[in-house]
Amino acid sequence: MKAAVVVFPGSNCDRDLKIAFETAGFSVEMVWHKDTSLPSSVDIVGIPGGFSFGDYLRCGAIAAQSTICSSIRAYANQGGYIIGICNGFQLLTEAGLLPGVLLRNAELKYICKTVQLKVDTVNSIYTGGYSFTDIIDLPIAHHDGNYFADSQTISELRNEERIAFRYVENPNGSLENIAGILSPNRRILGMMPHPERALVDAHGGTDGAILFRSMSPSSMSI
Amino acid sequence: MKVRVHIMLKKDVLDPQGEAVRHALKNIGFDEVKRVRQGKVIDLEVDDGTEKNRIDQMCEDLLANTIIESYTIDME
Repeated sequence: MKAAVVVFPGSNCDRDLKIAFETAGFSVEMVWHKDTSLPSSVDIVGIPGGFSFGDYLRCGAIAAQSTICSSIRAYANQGGYIIGICNGFQLLTEAGLLPGVLLRNAELKYICKTVQLKVDTVNSIYTGGYSFTDIIDLPIAHHDGNYFADSQTISELRNEERIAFRYVENPNGSLENIAGILSPNRRILGMMPHPERALVDAHGGTDGAILFRSMSPSSMSI
Repeated sequence: MKVRVHIMLKKDVLDPQGEAVRHALKNIGFDEVKRVRQGKVIDLEVDDGTEKNRIDQMCEDLLANTIIESYTIDME
């Protein structure tokens, strides 16, 4: 299986994400934001954390208009799998591939710590390796992770079981304690916590490895 | 030609930065301040004769996130 990891000026979790995919058995190609197409026959696109374009204007807003994003949109429209982590989640909302927006944290502080999350659905290739209502530990590191959407969007997310992860204790003011959401076809995941920073014991936890191991050829049917 | 775009959070979106500024003003004696909303101003220099709908499109496509922000445009 093949993954593409997109790199923007200011991305800083791109190589961690590459390693996470490789650990789960993917071959990985890095893609630069000025590239005009994704590698052929990729099974999944990873959009890493970091501070693309310095977080200027709004987090992810400028990256969402970059050249490679036209290809990412087309790939999404064909039913492609995409995981966006942290700044990658912000980008997916700015690109309109996931609903809502990530506002400044309610306490206005950058938060960098390990938090507990509840797995809110196991119906996706990303969460199929967990059990429903599992409590897992993953690090967060963000200034703008306060999930906001109108009430209709929130009830759609809830009713369609598209909330992938919720914070056990809300660190940033997110509505409904939302830490990660899925697209309507359940193939695009955006999440603020960093599973790629919880792969091996030396990271201080391994709960993130399960997410990457969940993606198997049998679960991914393009 | 100069164009100024004002971007503000919509009314129903919490503005914790504005609220922090209000607190700070109160702390230094400006008790009369009831509410602070913080926004952005973006100045553009564009070709003479640029139509307003082009500026609207810039706001919709990039400058504002209309899920949470509204914008107004001042053209010279």
